[in-house]
Amino acid sequence: MEKRVRFRSAWLPWALLAPQLAIISIFFFWPAAQALLQSVQMQDAFGTSTEFIGLENFRRLFNDELYLYSFRVTAVFSLLVAGFGLIIALVLAVFADRAIRGASFYKTLMVWPYAVAPAVAGVLWLFMFAPSIGMVSFWLRAAGFDWNHLLNPDHAMALIVMAAVWKQISYNFLFFLAGLQSIPRSLIEAAAIDGAGPWRRFWTIVFPLLSPTTFFLLVINIVYAFFETFAIVDAATQGGPGRATTILVYKVYYDGFKGMDLGSSAAQSVVLMVIVITLTVVQFRYIEKRVQY
Amino acid sequence: MVERRPALAVITHLVLLLGVALVAFPVYVTFVASTQTAEQIVQAPMSLVPGDRLLHNYAAVLTGSEGGTGSAAPVGRMMWVSLVTALTIALGKIIISLLSAFAIVYFRFPFRYFFFWAIFVTLMLPVEVRIAPTYQVVSDLGMLNTYAGLTVPLIASATATFLFRQFFLTVPDELAEAARMDGAGPMRFFWDVLLPLSRTSIAALFVIQFIYGWNQYLWPLLVTTEENMYPVVMGIKRMIAGGDAVNEWNLIMATALLAMLPPALVVLLMQKWFVKGLVETEK
Repeated sequence: MEKRVRFRSAWLPWALLAPQLAIISIFFFWPAAQALLQSVQMQDAFGTSTEFIGLENFRRLFNDELYLYSFRVTAVFSLLVAGFGLIIALVLAVFADRAIRGASFYKTLMVWPYAVAPAVAGVLWLFMFAPSIGMVSFWLRAAGFDWNHLLNPDHAMALIVMAAVWKQISYNFLFFLAGLQSIPRSLIEAAAIDGAGPWRRFWTIVFPLLSPTTFFLLVINIVYAFFETFAIVDAATQGGPGRATTILVYKVYYDGFKGMDLGSSAAQSVVLMVIVITLTVVQFRYIEKRVQY
Repeated sequence: MVERRPALAVITHLVLLLGVALVAFPVYVTFVASTQTAEQIVQAPMSLVPGDRLLHNYAAVLTGSEGGTGSAAPVGRMMWVSLVTALTIALGKIIISLLSAFAIVYFRFPFRYFFFWAIFVTLMLPVEVRIAPTYQVVSDLGMLNTYAGLTVPLIASATATFLFRQFFLTVPDELAEAARMDGAGPMRFFWDVLLPLSRTSIAALFVIQFIYGWNQYLWPLLVTTEENMYPVVMGIKRMIAGGDAVNEWNLIMATALLAMLPPALVVLLMQKWFVKGLVETEK
């Protein structure tokens, strides 16, 4: 789309663009280029000399058991977060869409966790599940289940999944509700007249019509689980026990700032960049085409 | 509702109330914990009835007069740092995106599309994927432990620029024509016509970006090393130092509640724009 009417000035547009361009060149493109460069270099321990080593960093990375393990951890984590987050939000949205009385009341009570910082979400759930003082861990023990996320890798994973899902439900809920409300009532009424009950109507009409929203949310939730949950992990488990909750972003941070392995950290950054670019492309292709149903 | 099914209506409200309870429970526990003494919390299980230390605990964290093994920096100061950071990021993003979108839509100049795409591509470079080199740049510029360091690197915004561009494209050409005929220059048009028209988009973006700025964690963790520059979201983490029993959980939970309050208020008070902002920035 183009504007027919334009203003003319030799310098004004440049001046208007200057602040944004300055920021993206200094803080986005230059560091990204640095990451690319460092990923094919090796620095000695004192940072005095650098050597070009080609794809050696990447070769080493993909032969590193710990890195591959971190990949698996991230995959499991994001599938669980996206899965539970979408299912719970969908159930709540379907019921909120049914409830004519009080719908906006429920909506208001459901949206605010969006405002909670991931780090704070991590701390809240850590507090409830702390093995010695947490109240939920106490209840679990009373029920005969010995909860200890400091020792048990599965418990630690469950803890960060719960915190991440809790934080994301409000977002998914809003999108599902908007999607449900845009489905024409006439379709549902027609099916009801033909004798289809609520269950049947949901699976044959509502769910298929909701598939674009679901797919969109799936991508967004995976991006969320990959990149925005660093704070939850850092607050709740610090990647432990062992490496059981070290997601990729946590590992980049840890190797770069605690382990001081710049070459490896840069190579990991480049791998992450490839993942973001892929996910973004998938998301935008979807916006152009929409999902077929 | 299509047909009348009383049983289903009851289930509907039960499920929704259960959902609301599930969402609210962690925050209720936080509130209760913030009104008790540290000793009361450590006796497992802690009571689910609020204690009587509400004012005492909140006064203690805001001024930093009491601390356990972790950091005891005054939370009042942290809230201020968070507020300045969140406002600067939100307003900064909105201002530079408005200006860039205006330049891209209303002027013709060389490399216009190139710049648009350059801004757009930053969407694919979140802080998380370039942390080490960005930290290097900020430290070379001497911006560690400053408000500039906390905010400027996060101010660029592909989504806001994109959103304003889309919006400007829908503004009728006749408005710009009329303004030009009346002798208004581009900036006059921008200020008197375009800006008032963009009010709702600006409000919607403000909510989203304020929350984004307030909730930053990884970036402040890297660029701040002095307690008086900690934003509150990160400060909480610093208060958790030792094992379960050593932490002053009542103070930590009071801080957590304070950290949640401003963004939650923004969402609740500006709910209409918030929902609009969410739906629009993502599409």
